[in-house]
Amino acid sequence: MEQLDYKKSKRKYWLLSAASVIVFVFIWWFSTAVLKLAKPITLPDPVTIIKTFIVKLTHTAPDGGTLVGNTLASVKIALSGYVMAILVGVPLGVLMAWFKPVDRFVRPLFDLLRPVPGIAWIPLMIVIFGIGITSKIVVIFLTAFVPCVVNSYTGIRQTRDVHLWVGQTFGASNLQLLTTVAIPTALPFIMTGIRVALGSSWCAIVAAELLASSEGLGFMIQQARGINRPDIIICGMLAIGAIGALMTFLLGIVEKHVVKGVMHK
Amino acid sequence: MDRERQIKNKMITMQHVAKTFVTERKTTRIIDDISLEVKENELVALFGPGQCGKTTLLNVMAGLEKATSGEIIVNGEKVTRPGPDRGFVYQTLALFPWLTVMGNVCFGPRMRGISKKEREERARYYIDLVGLKGFEDSYPVQLSGGMKQRVGIARAYCNEPSVLFMDEPFGHLDAQTRYLMQDELMRIWEKEKRTIVFVTNNIEEAIYLADRVIVLTNCPTQVKKEYIIDLPRPRDYVDPGFLALREDISSVVDKTL
Repeated sequence: MEQLDYKKSKRKYWLLSAASVIVFVFIWWFSTAVLKLAKPITLPDPVTIIKTFIVKLTHTAPDGGTLVGNTLASVKIALSGYVMAILVGVPLGVLMAWFKPVDRFVRPLFDLLRPVPGIAWIPLMIVIFGIGITSKIVVIFLTAFVPCVVNSYTGIRQTRDVHLWVGQTFGASNLQLLTTVAIPTALPFIMTGIRVALGSSWCAIVAAELLASSEGLGFMIQQARGINRPDIIICGMLAIGAIGALMTFLLGIVEKHVVKGVMHK
Repeated sequence: MDRERQIKNKMITMQHVAKTFVTERKTTRIIDDISLEVKENELVALFGPGQCGKTTLLNVMAGLEKATSGEIIVNGEKVTRPGPDRGFVYQTLALFPWLTVMGNVCFGPRMRGISKKEREERARYYIDLVGLKGFEDSYPVQLSGGMKQRVGIARAYCNEPSVLFMDEPFGHLDAQTRYLMQDELMRIWEKEKRTIVFVTNNIEEAIYLADRVIVLTNCPTQVKKEYIIDLPRPRDYVDPGFLALREDISSVVDKTL
């Protein structure tokens, strides 16, 4: 009985979520295709968007890449910079929080770099590396690096004294305390940092491609703007949204397997 | 008598131990010259008013904090730092939330590099002893307060220390669970005798559990008086002897706001 109620309420909320999308698309369709409030050249109706989306999946015009190709190009660069940021940022944050000298050494530099938004690096990177892959990977790296460091640092600092005492009374060495007490404590925070970094990486890649690129979703959008193709712009935005949501979803699954002993909602 | 047979060797000796905390603004004397002895397999309760430095005293005995002066010897060795021969049961939130019951109980042996098979076998014995058979794979978040404290006790026992320190382990439990856990601790202790130093601010708990109650003064803490509790176990809260002791101890303990 309770199980049934649970399923029923779950279905109800699912319907509610679906309704929001349906209502939005309907209003869009009604105001463009029926009421013709906007010219198709300014805001096309949803049916046109779907058509363009399907065509663009396999056609390279007008920017020289298919939707799939552009998406892959963006994802590849974003993930390379992102993974490097995790590999460097998380250990750095952990070490800063655990070893005071590391903190003292790194902090001034880090505090100076931290407020500089990732995309503010783009002009300098273009000057140094040109508009190729390298400059964008470095921009993504710098963007994703900050939340990785900050969250790992904060996480390690959450370690409870009483847990450290327990570790000590059981004879754990300083390194053992770090690996068996502090890092597990920090793991939920580290995962949050990794999740935030994913979002900002994805934003930064699109921004970087809008400014300087020869392929990718941002580039495709920028090209479509130049020739007044709002349908392609919207297709690009849809792809950005969908890929971002998908990556967040996948990371959520990873998180559930990594972070133990908390109530997963 | 049975108790005399079991309690003969000295397990803990503290001599003129003092502890002073120094900060930039002021120095605070927490412990003022305490000397005491605890014998093997004895259950001693440290009982004192509110913030009288009981926990500090326990931390000093465990080696978590250094004594400013004086000497502590546990099982023939001078205490300079924490070690696996001294187990600790804390008030609450001391379990590792990211480990299962099994993982928590195994923690001590794991730190000492004991093989997985051996430590899990040993952990199973103590999990069973504290009455948590079947909960090996549960996470602390899934357990009630009383069950968490059972895990805490099993974890301390599993490392096979010579002394167990318990810092108000039942302090955060509701009254009903607290009584239950006191009986459980008695049952566990009768089955697996250990030297236990038990800090409490609950006078009945002290008399109910301990072989000996050491009453501490307000800060800076000294030993006010010692009581040997030779009431037969299991004890009864409304037994005239119990009530007389309660009356007596209440009259000597310092009052605080």
